Amino acid sequence: MQTRTNTPPPARPAHSPVREPRAALPSNATHWVSVWRRNYLVWRKLALASMFGNLADPMIYLFGLGFGLGLMVGHVDGVSYIAFLAAGTVSSSVMMSASFESMYSGFSRMHVQRTWEAIMHTPLTLGDVVLGEIMWAASKSMLSGAAIMVVAGLLGYASFPSMLLALPVIALAGLAFASCAMIVTALAPSYDFFMFYQTLVLTPMLLLSGVFFPIAQLPAAAQHITMMLPLAHAVALIRPAMLDRPVEQAGLHLLVLAIYVVVPFAIASILFRRRMMR
Amino acid sequence: MPAPAIEFEQVIKHYGDRTVVNGLSFDVVPGECFGLLGPNGAGKTTTLRMLLGIVSPDAGRISLCGEPVPARARHARQRVGVVPQFDNLDPDFTVRENLLVFGRYFGLSARETKALVAPLLEFARLESKADARVGELSGGMRRRLTLARALVNDPDVLVMDEPTTGLDPQARHLIWERLRSLLARGKTILLTTHFMEEAERLCNRVCVIEEGRKIAEGAPKALIESEIGCDVIEVYGPDPVALRDELAADAKRTEISGETLFCYVDDPAPVHAKLRHRSDLRYLHRPANLEDVFLRLTGREMQD
Repeated sequence: MQTRTNTPPPARPAHSPVREPRAALPSNATHWVSVWRRNYLVWRKLALASMFGNLADPMIYLFGLGFGLGLMVGHVDGVSYIAFLAAGTVSSSVMMSASFESMYSGFSRMHVQRTWEAIMHTPLTLGDVVLGEIMWAASKSMLSGAAIMVVAGLLGYASFPSMLLALPVIALAGLAFASCAMIVTALAPSYDFFMFYQTLVLTPMLLLSGVFFPIAQLPAAAQHITMMLPLAHAVALIRPAMLDRPVEQAGLHLLVLAIYVVVPFAIASILFRRRMMR
Repeated sequence: MPAPAIEFEQVIKHYGDRTVVNGLSFDVVPGECFGLLGPNGAGKTTTLRMLLGIVSPDAGRISLCGEPVPARARHARQRVGVVPQFDNLDPDFTVRENLLVFGRYFGLSARETKALVAPLLEFARLESKADARVGELSGGMRRRLTLARALVNDPDVLVMDEPTTGLDPQARHLIWERLRSLLARGKTILLTTHFMEEAERLCNRVCVIEEGRKIAEGAPKALIESEIGCDVIEVYGPDPVALRDELAADAKRTEISGETLFCYVDDPAPVHAKLRHRSDLRYLHRPANLEDVFLRLTGREMQD
């Protein structure tokens, strides 16, 4: 049974113990993969049901609102309402599936099943676990965003190949929403807590980010808030890609999304360290 | 003397105003089974969490497998297997998948872990359950699977937090037997328990802690000899206080716990003589055991 990976020679013992903030950070660039893989293997068992759940809801919105409201609204921004809505649906489904995976499923694995604890007893660190979870949530959200985009493309509501440019944006947005939701998970005493984030953060963001109607329709004050919302920046990049239009201020949108990946990840890491390592 | 597998030197841990571990020092020699005994809340679990580098001590020095902890805890954990107090098997997976997935966390390849599954299942006596879901297993099977999972990386040191708590006697005996076979293979075991029978059967040495402080350390036999050093007669009756007044003169020492009177006797004959005709009492004469030591050191009264 002897199969040991090589361990580096022991360092000189430190006589005054130092706090170990590194334990809350990923231990290297690849350890998170085994955490990601664990979640993937579980997902694979229920992939069809899971995909259906992830896709059915946004599709119903897309077609229900797209055709229903589309009749009354006609064209928006020079395209049919359903084509306008398609990019919004892709973006919002990325937000929803990344957030829900980080919150409900992440909380199950952290708190209810104690899966994180088991992993922290191996050479992996808490940081590896958190990074693996965020990568996983982003992967799932990328899958649902991409699937809706493909459907929209097949129905002629999105142009190929320009919509391929939306894929990296979907990935980045998935990471951003997963990181943000991880903060909520780190603070959650129980599942009920996630309802606050849903109603107070996700739903308003959904309505303010140009998903269902152009941001220009909003009062000026609300448009300022919109500038700070990651979903708005995701929509601002994904819609032009899907409609094959030039993107304005692409660098700014990417930068904001990147900030929403890095800063919440750092905050979540600190919060998880407080929660799990004391 | 080989280098210790585990070292604790003057380790202190506070939670707020509470000192949970207070200047704790002990060593565990490679190949031995070392028991950390103590009432609930004595600091046993915190001690293990510090050992694994999950929690940082406020002062003192810890090493595990020659690595300083927490600085290089994750390197140390490469050579350690953990059986936690609360089950954290993966309920989304089968028995086999639990082992396969866990091997990956130690950097083993898919091929390497696959080769390990059969011997580990055999060790845990779970061959017939390889494809069962964790939820279908009994408590004893789950604990054996946790033990098998802790062996995935062929560790030098096993750290176990109350490995048999909540198991029925049969399941417990099977775990004890498995642990003895691991000791025979040269593994080092650190376990916490509040089953004195478990400690007496398995441990080469034990360390009794209370309120985060070590209050005794040694081989179970030696501790029994030094702390008690005589036989015990337990008397169960409705009025232990009156009984004590009656028997105290014939015993070296007496103690009351609930409705039981413990008489520590060098010569049991006089106490026997007095009890023989008392049909209202039940009594038991036995050699002293680790439980007597534990209760003597931590107090007979229930602690919470």
